[in-house]
Amino acid sequence: MNRIDALFASLRARHRKAFTAFITAGDPSLEVTPHAMRALVAGGADLLELGIPFSDPESDGPDIQAASMRALDKSSPTRLADVMAIARAFRAHNQDTPLVLMGYVNSLLAYGIEAFARDARESGVDGAVLVNLPIEEFHEIRPVFEREQLSAVFLVAPTTSEARAAKIADEASGFLYYVSLKGVTGAAHLDFDDLAAQTMRLRALTDMPIQIGFGIRSPQAAAQAAPYADGLIVGSALVKRMAELERTPEDIPDALQHMAGEFRAAIDRTSTH
Amino acid sequence: MNEPYFQPNESGHFGPYGGRFVAETLTSALDQLESLYLQAREDESFQSVLAGHLKDFSGRPTPLYYAERLSEHLGVRVHLKREDLNHTGAHKLNSTIGQALLARRANKRRVIAETGAGQHGVATATVAARFGFDCCVYMGSEDIERQSLNVYRMRLLGAEVVPVDSGSRTLKDAMTEALRDWVTNVDDTYYIIGSAAGPHPYPMMVRDFQRVMGVEARAQFMDAHARLPDVLVACVGGGSNAIGLFHPFIEDTAVRMVGVEAGGEGIASGRHSATLVAGREGVLHGSKSYLLSDADGQVSATHSISAGLDYPGVGPEHSLLKDLGRVEYACVNDEQALDAFRLTNRLEGIMPALESSHAIAWVVENASELRGLDVLINLSGRGDKDVQTVAKCDGVEI
Repeated sequence: MNRIDALFASLRARHRKAFTAFITAGDPSLEVTPHAMRALVAGGADLLELGIPFSDPESDGPDIQAASMRALDKSSPTRLADVMAIARAFRAHNQDTPLVLMGYVNSLLAYGIEAFARDARESGVDGAVLVNLPIEEFHEIRPVFEREQLSAVFLVAPTTSEARAAKIADEASGFLYYVSLKGVTGAAHLDFDDLAAQTMRLRALTDMPIQIGFGIRSPQAAAQAAPYADGLIVGSALVKRMAELERTPEDIPDALQHMAGEFRAAIDRTSTH
Repeated sequence: MNEPYFQPNESGHFGPYGGRFVAETLTSALDQLESLYLQAREDESFQSVLAGHLKDFSGRPTPLYYAERLSEHLGVRVHLKREDLNHTGAHKLNSTIGQALLARRANKRRVIAETGAGQHGVATATVAARFGFDCCVYMGSEDIERQSLNVYRMRLLGAEVVPVDSGSRTLKDAMTEALRDWVTNVDDTYYIIGSAAGPHPYPMMVRDFQRVMGVEARAQFMDAHARLPDVLVACVGGGSNAIGLFHPFIEDTAVRMVGVEAGGEGIASGRHSATLVAGREGVLHGSKSYLLSDADGQVSATHSISAGLDYPGVGPEHSLLKDLGRVEYACVNDEQALDAFRLTNRLEGIMPALESSHAIAWVVENASELRGLDVLINLSGRGDKDVQTVAKCDGVEI
């Protein structure tokens, strides 16, 4: 069983919700990222998402876009091969926490789909989310991912029809990433009534774990959204905190561990009631 | 190629290119747009309203003008499709009128657009004023600087021009930002894409709206000469003026077609925008196509003296036409485009846009090979907006 499936099986058995933390690889540096990942796990993250920096992140808001730029805008920009190396460095100390890469199709095309899947697997990566890959374009990639036992995580949006959501659930593996609002990552205005209705609709279509992302900016928001899903994905809030510490990167791991702890506590408060 | 040409297929692919590489939030909006457009395309009343606006608001048909002195100078019979005489001064309005009618049909209250040279922004602001939409145009801050005339035109038309400071601060970044806006405001907003690029159905839809140029040019040349021209030439940034001219001629295999990209400071310098000449397969802004990106897939910062060609991607249909060998793609550099700009001013009393000057420059550079042939160039826009840029090249402050 892959680490993602094992995680959700174990969480479900314990009636707990997953806390997924996102940061961008190479932000602010290749050296800091593995420490930041370990700190997030120490603070209580169940699953890590590692962003592949991309020059034109059209679905990301300003915080994650800026993180991509920090990872790229330097004498040696963060490359996909470096992301793989970060994954291996993380795995050297952690065998259990699932790790998912998140990025855009062009990064994979340049690296080669086969090479990506093989190297990801060998580096201890468990799955990938390709933000701008629709299920219609997945057919060429799917056998490659399956061969390497990589989960293919897909997004479902508030605008996704039921028929389409069912198709997405058929193609996806690992978990479904429910985009909790129309907009880019990190935007505000989460409507919890709408969220409840939407996730209930999705729950009726599939048994696959559902994680809510985009717009979980605070532990309070995480606590409010937790009842409606199997997990919460927090990205922009963490990345924004990292940006504030750009000048003192040695403080980043402690700050992330502390923040992760707050999100963890907030999620557990509601999901264990 | 001898088979009938019918592209894209039902899923929006032009051979291996095109498709719909967008965030899931936009998929339903694109589905709705596709069915809206397909209905409108078959709807005679929509088509007749569109034709009425093209005639009375835009001033079509534009002339096909025999450039006598340029022809004499080059030894090539040069015919100019005068899109510079289209309302707002470029071919862009052909598509923005069509898309504004679609936005009205879909009851949207707001339109957004990206723009490079500002011509598409002006065309969008124009239809927004004409049809009563709120309008927001994204424009790279570098382009805002070099196209200040068009920026002020858009503001006079009531549009909000939003500077984009990310990335290379040009057209690519403006389009990324417009996509972000659309993802956020998809309920009440229609995104008027300026080129035959982006996710399906845009490449097909923009091409269909821009075909009017090729249809007119074909009939105009036929009327005058009772045959087809030998060569068609158009500049290619995203490629909407080129595909609009070429498309009605694709099955006329005797007609040679050349798309001219921006060679900037030369391919070897790395400072260019020649996607089809120097790029490879990639995915940006919603479709698979040729793309200028580095070994790690990061999209390249491009360069061209002409803001409208300064784009690392290209419409997917051009990628297919290149692979099929039906259209040749070449490039000319900044200097050659400037020379052609000056030449056309002096010999014809016509000021072409720097974009269109690339097409003219290719004919100038290849005049000996084209001697005696009838060459039809798409003069896709007028160059008033470029006067400052050219003056700067001449070291003149105006």
